[in-house]
Amino acid sequence: MTTVLSIEKLSVDFELGTETVHAVRDVSLDLAEGETLAIVGESGSGKTATALSILQLNPVPPAVYRSGTIRFGAHDLLALPEARLRAIRGNDIAMIFQDPMTSLNPLKKVGRQIGETLQLHRDVSRRDTRSAVVEALAQAGVPRPDERAEQYPHELSGGLRQRAMIAMALVTRPKVLIADEPTTALDVTVQAQILELLVQLQDRHGMAIVLITHDLGVVADVADRIAVMRSGEIVEEQPCEPLFAAPQHEYTRSLLAATPRLAGASEGA
Amino acid sequence: MIELERLRKEFRAPGGRTTLAVDDVSLTVQRSETVVIVGESGSGKTTLTRLLLGLLRPTSGTVRINGVDLATSSGADMKRLRREMQVVFQDPYSSMNPKLRVVDIVAEPLVTHEPKARGRAGRAWREARVDELLSAVGLEPGAARRYPHEFSGGQRQRISIARALALNPSIVVLDEPTSALDVSVQAQVLDLLAALKRELGLTYVFVTHNLAVASQIADRVAVMKDGAVVEIGPAGTLFEQPQHEYTRTLLDAVPVPDPSRSRLRAARSRVAR
Amino acid sequence: MAGISIAASQDAQTPTHTAWRALRQNRWGMVAVVFLAVMVLTAALAPLIAPHDPQAQNLLERLAPPSWAGDSDHLLGTDHLGRDVFSRLVFGSRISLLVGVSAAMLAGVIGAVVGLLAGYYGGRLDWILMRLADVQLAFPSILLALAVVAFLGSGLWIVIVVLGLTGWVSYARVVRSEVVSLKTRDFVTEARAIGVGNLTIIRRHLLPNVVAPLATIATLNVASAIVAESALSFLGLGVPTHIPTWGSMLADGQLYLGTSWWIAIFPGLALMLTSLAINITGDAIRDATDPKVYRR
Repeated sequence: MTTVLSIEKLSVDFELGTETVHAVRDVSLDLAEGETLAIVGESGSGKTATALSILQLNPVPPAVYRSGTIRFGAHDLLALPEARLRAIRGNDIAMIFQDPMTSLNPLKKVGRQIGETLQLHRDVSRRDTRSAVVEALAQAGVPRPDERAEQYPHELSGGLRQRAMIAMALVTRPKVLIADEPTTALDVTVQAQILELLVQLQDRHGMAIVLITHDLGVVADVADRIAVMRSGEIVEEQPCEPLFAAPQHEYTRSLLAATPRLAGASEGA
Repeated sequence: MIELERLRKEFRAPGGRTTLAVDDVSLTVQRSETVVIVGESGSGKTTLTRLLLGLLRPTSGTVRINGVDLATSSGADMKRLRREMQVVFQDPYSSMNPKLRVVDIVAEPLVTHEPKARGRAGRAWREARVDELLSAVGLEPGAARRYPHEFSGGQRQRISIARALALNPSIVVLDEPTSALDVSVQAQVLDLLAALKRELGLTYVFVTHNLAVASQIADRVAVMKDGAVVEIGPAGTLFEQPQHEYTRTLLDAVPVPDPSRSRLRAARSRVAR
Repeated sequence: MAGISIAASQDAQTPTHTAWRALRQNRWGMVAVVFLAVMVLTAALAPLIAPHDPQAQNLLERLAPPSWAGDSDHLLGTDHLGRDVFSRLVFGSRISLLVGVSAAMLAGVIGAVVGLLAGYYGGRLDWILMRLADVQLAFPSILLALAVVAFLGSGLWIVIVVLGLTGWVSYARVVRSEVVSLKTRDFVTEARAIGVGNLTIIRRHLLPNVVAPLATIATLNVASAIVAESALSFLGLGVPTHIPTWGSMLADGQLYLGTSWWIAIFPGLALMLTSLAINITGDAIRDATDPKVYRR
């Protein structure tokens, strides 16, 4: 399988006045085409900082990219000038967040925002944009997409907003989707639907996903490979089933032990 | 101990529209049991806790705590009740006044209800009691002099628990106390709560959206949807043989940390073949 | 155990401590604070600093230019009655600062009480208080000050009371909106669940948390009160005319602007720089105490 994204020896520090936090320490990860890589950790583990580094979205200052490269295609993303990076953001590599309102402008209609993303990166006519937007919303599982496109974010429920954000991320058919805790703020039933949506879209478009989460249950559902982070370092990296069956590192074991389980849960299909 | 009878709560929006947040809920909680109320957002569980605590008045129905009907109780009765029932909230970051030291935060219930804790005269007694409470929740006594922002989320929840225990209540209402915490910290806090319950014979009313957490600590579970209780029963039975469709939906949706049990994985591999 | 654990500090980091440290990092803020400190010292030590009696007239030396521009021995020259401008400037700062600070404090107390009550209780009380605020705002404050002074005569304390009574609205609004948002925070709900009385909640939980925005508005208010006092004095409605104030100096010097420019320019400069310093300090305090502002 071809590697589509490669993080090599990434180190990122945060300079906070009197102290320096080593948020990411010498992290190396490869992402293959079409696979889902989950980065798991608790707060302060550095998982979000790592994910944000891919598109250089960490606030600078206080972030300082000390060393490492992030290879995407022929480029080192960390070495690219802002203009080149912007051509990749939202285009070849897209990102979705825990709070859809991070990506959605409350003052603009949903359809218009998604359309803007498309127009930024592709040369499309207005009519083609409109149909692409409706198509993107439909694929994201939004019922009556042509109506919803004319609504404002606050008129949509939490789950629908998440879907709108996903539609916006996927309208340019990115090769890589970075999802930062996409289901954490959602109700458990909506969470299940969104996860199902993500893997559906992945299978359809052959997209690779980097999934940041603290929830091992979510990981068990969708991840192909898992990297466990603590205090900025990767303590264990394994394919999904082996990690759950035979965790190597004691931190992984303690995480698994601490995860509350449904006593007497019903069988999977 | 706690009797909720046919509780209804309506909210009237300025435009004239009414929302029914709690719809005809009846529930009893016995001494020393842990009842967990599970529901997603909009289920009415938070409104229910506010009604239980007497912070909101129901549109109809009664709330009876230890025999006292909240609606008809006197000021003195209410004051007494407040000693017996305390609350721990979800958000460790907003549940404490950032300008107060931990000792003042934990001592607040004491100075409100115990004359001997007040003022300069009460200082020694107050501080001793606070130190006692802080050790009971696993924090070192020196923590009392510090400010909330100096503590982590899990530690702050412990402080909240210490405050809730200050007056030796018999009932503790916990509104999503571990939802904002990391998994390992959550496990510690849940263990602490279980230990305290055993030691002090507490009754818990625990609200959460996390079914796995519920299954760990509940004696009985009440499932809420759209303001009503759709199912209620002993934890073991409810989780193994859910009666109501919504309960089944909820249970199915809970992600299990075990890939071999993942329905999503199974469905996917079927499609791939 | 993972997670960022906040290290135990030897002494408690009080919120004030943190704010002070943040303030120190703001360069222009510190310049402004130092300037104000110098002003306050000058005002306090006026009798020691001023070389001449500010009210001593010397017609032989009237309209003398500053010593570095001409050859008088008055640092900033003399006015049309031969009074030393520098000494008058120094003594004038006393009035300006006294009036400014007192008026701001009075307005602050009134505004804070109104804002706390309106924000916490809401409902009718809120409605009544906010309409009162609207009425107050509808009156141009200088005009109101003129009217009051015309009725009651001029005088130091009258000026302070008038400025205090006209300035409370901005405090009240800010405090009210802070209280409305604080009211929903869990620690207030907790206090109610514990059974703490309303007034105690306001005192113990709400008041300390509104002090920061109050202080910011207060500093801005001091600046505008100083300017307002100068305006009143300029119009002859402020403090009695023999007491030097920057406003009355501006009025006196107005006629001589083209020739003996020093009489008006120096009080004008002093007024401008002091207002500027106060405004910068206010901004700096707000930046230092607002937890949402990112700091290195």
